[in-house]
Amino acid sequence: MNYSIIALIPLLPLATFILLGLFGRKYFQTSGGIIATVALLASAIISLYVTYHYFFIDGKVNGTYRHITALNYTWLEFSPGISIDMGILIDPISMMMIVVVTFISLMVHIFSLGYMKGEDRFSTYFAFLSLFTFSMLGLVLSTNIFQLYIFWELVGLSSFLLIGYYFYKPSAVAASKKAFIVTRFADLGFLIGILMLGFHAQTLDISTLIQNLTNHQSPQFIGITTASFLGVSLLTWGLSLVFIGGAGKSAMFPLHIWLPDAMEGPTPVSALIHAATMVVAGVYLIARLFPVYALSAPQVLEIIMSVGAVSALIAAIIACTQTDIKRVLAYSTMSQIGYMMLALGVSKYGGEDGLGYIGSMFHLFTHAFFKSLLFLGAGAVIHFIHSNEMKDMGGLRKLMPLTHITFLIACLAIAGIPPFAGFFSKEEILLAAFRANKFIYGIALFTAGLTSFYMFRLYFSIFWNKPSTENKTGHHGEGTWSMKIPLVVLAVCSLLAGLVPFANYITSDGAVLNATNNIMFSIVPVAVSLGGILLSAYLYKKENDKPVRAAALFGTFYKAAHKKFYIDEMYLFVTQRILFNLIARPAAWVDKNIVDGFMNLTATTTGKVSESIKAMQSGRLQSYAIYFFGGVIAMAALFIYWWK
Amino acid sequence: MNTIPLTHILFVSTALFFIGMYGLFTRRNIITMLMSIELILNSVNINFIAFNKYLHPANLDGVFFTIFIIAIAAAEAAVAIAIIINLYRNHKSIDIEDAAEMKY
Repeated sequence: MNYSIIALIPLLPLATFILLGLFGRKYFQTSGGIIATVALLASAIISLYVTYHYFFIDGKVNGTYRHITALNYTWLEFSPGISIDMGILIDPISMMMIVVVTFISLMVHIFSLGYMKGEDRFSTYFAFLSLFTFSMLGLVLSTNIFQLYIFWELVGLSSFLLIGYYFYKPSAVAASKKAFIVTRFADLGFLIGILMLGFHAQTLDISTLIQNLTNHQSPQFIGITTASFLGVSLLTWGLSLVFIGGAGKSAMFPLHIWLPDAMEGPTPVSALIHAATMVVAGVYLIARLFPVYALSAPQVLEIIMSVGAVSALIAAIIACTQTDIKRVLAYSTMSQIGYMMLALGVSKYGGEDGLGYIGSMFHLFTHAFFKSLLFLGAGAVIHFIHSNEMKDMGGLRKLMPLTHITFLIACLAIAGIPPFAGFFSKEEILLAAFRANKFIYGIALFTAGLTSFYMFRLYFSIFWNKPSTENKTGHHGEGTWSMKIPLVVLAVCSLLAGLVPFANYITSDGAVLNATNNIMFSIVPVAVSLGGILLSAYLYKKENDKPVRAAALFGTFYKAAHKKFYIDEMYLFVTQRILFNLIARPAAWVDKNIVDGFMNLTATTTGKVSESIKAMQSGRLQSYAIYFFGGVIAMAALFIYWWK
Repeated sequence: MNTIPLTHILFVSTALFFIGMYGLFTRRNIITMLMSIELILNSVNINFIAFNKYLHPANLDGVFFTIFIIAIAAAEAAVAIAIIINLYRNHKSIDIEDAAEMKY
């Protein structure tokens, strides 16, 4: 099969972006949403078709899924071998990602048709969504690590645009700037990492780079491991810096501070970008370079494991104390991505040892469905209530029956209750953690309990808690068909996605693996999750003062968690008190007084001199003639008497 | 025949040149200034003729140059007078001091 048809998948959203971006406000103010949705539907169908073809017809050679470079176009060549290419790489994870991205994006587009109806910049919104979809697809299909970086920045940009969509709200503006600056800061690490790896591996092409750096006899590998900085080899440095980029995008501790604030954007955007697709780009990046991490620098994987575990735990604790439903979901996203990172961190390369890798990718896959469902459900609730705060909600189960059911499915899925999707992927992660490191397993298990606790706290607070309220007169219903369809479709996916025999398709080395679910092992995690659900049911099912007393039990710890462990304040302290005072202000002084001062001096001197001699330009012809004649005389005298 | 020495003729042409120069610097009337320029040109013509006659009597280059200069001077006078007429239409004056707008 000719795979170059894949090029259409990202190009269709790009075409929509250009069309709506240039002409949307004038010609497509109301039809823009439909145009974008139809284009994306085409993309989604193509990607499903191609993925089917890859996995079931011609992707497998001798039991191993091969890497296919469908298109490769050299865009900018620095030197033979090192060039920035634009191309399309086909392998199991990129195929999985295009399905996830186009599918979730399609659902979000359909949901947005109803959710954003009547917005002032309706077509602009869809133009931005298309831009995001294009960049994300370009990112996952990259053949070249620099191409990946270019699209990486593009998704950052579209995230910035969509967070700041309500640009008249100061909080949205601040949030978009924060997201951009924090991720940009992390991307600096990524860029330096790329340059280090690219320089020493003598290529920027991902497949060749992996080959060069995993072959321990290759001159490139020897070169990069012998070169060292501060006693650590450049390979470790490069891979760690690349991980910093991934951690920034994936909101890993301590670069997670932008993600909760990013919830200022429209809720469907949060579902698409800040839950299902963009934030997993970091995980995808590590997975893309996984052979290098696993075979050449396992010490970096340990860092990834620790960062993932810490993020998962801290985010879960904070999520238990938040009252804004979108923020709870944001921290839950961070926690789940921490899970994925942790799973990559405990994984090894190849066969049964690569279970963590499989689990991570599997969790990425299932998480995309149930987390976007949670966000869209939250969006429907916010659309209904016009508030993000839990205290304004309660007793909605009779008023929003469909949202209630789908939200419950998503909560069960994220809590890891069989047979919902989250159960299968989480089991694999926990099993991989159990085999690799018991302490990390403990953290992961505790986080799983917390996850089901805070998710059901959310669920009970929205749909139970207060007695079922009467329908306010004249209130619109649950939402239009376009808001209901995605909920139902995603709920079905959250139910069934876990049944995909994932290890048959995606493994760390491409070889097919027949993993078996260990029933006995599953008992403990499921019991822990059920315990979390029961605890939250005890605390939140009816309106009472038990939660307050429970919070008082934890005292200062609760307060610290509620304040997000003061991490934002620490950042503010470091930037405003230390960076601003010690670096920015002196730099500003130097700029204002020395650099500008020198420029001003030149300017004023020139001005003064011209002021004093401007009278010479009197406009009188005869005086000019005298100057001219005097000049000629002087020159003549010079040439005759002194220029011998 | 007692020939007139070259220096005498050069003296005349130099005197003519500086008279023209003086006129150019001091006269306010533009037409007078134009006449002064003609004086300067003619002093150059005298030089050409004199050098041709005294130094290279076999050639006629100096004479040709002089004829060219006379022709150019005629053209130049036509252009200059056209400018002066325009200036007069705009300023109602042909005083050079009145046409001093082109300044700082």
